[in-house]
Amino acid sequence: MAALVIAEHDHHSIKGATLNTVTAALKCDPQVHVLVAGANAAEAAKAAAQIGGVAKVLHADGEQFAHGLAENIAAQVLTLAKDYSHILFPATAAGKNVAPRVAAKLDVGQVSDISKVDSPDTFERPIYAGNAIATVQSLDPIKVITVRTTGFDPAAATGGTGAVETVAAVADSGKSSFVSAEIAKNDRPELTAAKIIVSGGRALGSADKFTEVLTPLADKLGAALGASRAAVDAGYAPNDWQVGQTGKIVAPQLYIAAGISGAIQHLAGMKDSKVIVAINKDPEAPIFSVADYGLEADLFTAVPELVKALG
Amino acid sequence: MKVLVPVKRVVDYNVKVRVKSDGTGVDIANVKMSMNPFDEIAIEEAVRLKEKGAITEVIAVSCGVTQCQETLRTAMAIGADRAILVETADELQPLAVAKLLKALVDKEQPGLVILGKQAIDDDCNQTGQMLAALADLPQATFASKVEIADENGQKRAKVTREVDGGLETLSITLPAIITTDLRLNEPRYVTLPNIMKAKKKQLDVLKPSDLGVDIKAHLKVLKVSEPPKRSAGIKVPDVATLVSKLKNDAKVI
Repeated sequence: MAALVIAEHDHHSIKGATLNTVTAALKCDPQVHVLVAGANAAEAAKAAAQIGGVAKVLHADGEQFAHGLAENIAAQVLTLAKDYSHILFPATAAGKNVAPRVAAKLDVGQVSDISKVDSPDTFERPIYAGNAIATVQSLDPIKVITVRTTGFDPAAATGGTGAVETVAAVADSGKSSFVSAEIAKNDRPELTAAKIIVSGGRALGSADKFTEVLTPLADKLGAALGASRAAVDAGYAPNDWQVGQTGKIVAPQLYIAAGISGAIQHLAGMKDSKVIVAINKDPEAPIFSVADYGLEADLFTAVPELVKALG
Repeated sequence: MKVLVPVKRVVDYNVKVRVKSDGTGVDIANVKMSMNPFDEIAIEEAVRLKEKGAITEVIAVSCGVTQCQETLRTAMAIGADRAILVETADELQPLAVAKLLKALVDKEQPGLVILGKQAIDDDCNQTGQMLAALADLPQATFASKVEIADENGQKRAKVTREVDGGLETLSITLPAIITTDLRLNEPRYVTLPNIMKAKKKQLDVLKPSDLGVDIKAHLKVLKVSEPPKRSAGIKVPDVATLVSKLKNDAKVI
């Protein structure tokens, strides 16, 4: 048997989360295959074959995979599932969307958001917004898993010598169709892969201020921008910047929280960061209880000062 | 058209749970329990669709212990018309819940099932997608906007989803499964008159065996432990000290 990783990709290249998922897969089984289901995705399949430790890439191609519709991707995975002991998805919006469909059709439980592989059938996963860690054993013959990317180092993106094999693509389900997407284009690093994150809370007060105050700091540090739920709900920042229990889980080298009080749901998304800096004028803000360096100050003066001090 | 809305009774989102010292789970004795916040959003959305005339009946469902009746009463106070409790004291994992819901979908034939995207206790994010698979229905997860429309005589849902990188809109045929994200709506406050009204609404109680569903566990919890503690660091007096600490001590910039 082997482990199958469902690649996250943009049809041309492989997304970072796939690399962490391959690392988790290698801890389950030394033989790792990757499925690239996409539209004109030969380039992505080639890139997947370069990943260190990947023995084989299965490439299914067709217009029905252009937008990653769950019905079609799940059906494709199911045609291959019987040959595998483990099927792993990154715990991203796309992976979370598809994995349970596969598990239910196989009549197996799913292990969501694993942060550690203890043995091929035993995994650790955070529950209750990361306030507890459950060690769970899968009792099923096929383990369907989503992988918390911050729990695993990325596999090397190059140097692998996997072969690409074309597999027959399933037909379109006909029940779901893509209408449109509003995907923000920016040159910043991806939030979940960034080494430094500058994150803002409700204290920023408006979308304009959020941009005006935090962008120069993020630019200076080459950082990604993040936000608390309160800031996103208030419309200061786009939804996909939300860091927290039900948003993005991040673990950068440096996380700078400006004007974020630190609700448990927010801490759940960032407390594995290596170094946390909190800038807040409320000395009682819970964010200070997890911060390595706390600066009790008004962010509207402290952040511009910080930009200046960084030269 | 009916809408089915499953709701889960969970530890209130404001409670910081404690891990039991014997490592068997978290301590939920005497802890405030509430409806899972995402499920509250699901009920609110169903009630709004009914108020707009897009649907005719909202049925709330819960699977679990007797006390889930309180959660269902809350759902009916928000505006659900009636409720079903599938009662069991056994632990229910997402696949079991999805199978129970599939049996109810067969029985009630709803045009739409709206679920919360994830429960804030086990953080699984599975049940909606599993139900969609078992019932062989299309799904639109992590919804931030839902519209029901007729297209060439066929009812469809146009759903905007929160995805990595932004938003995506899908059109799916009905019946369908939708799961809610945070920004779909802001649930209304429950008023006293509506709480009183909810007490008189119909609440049916079934057992998993009545639905012919096997609820066995597929995952075994071996232990539950405390996460590694992160202790508070130091307060720095000014920006200059902060920069020097980051450069020289932490060496992260």
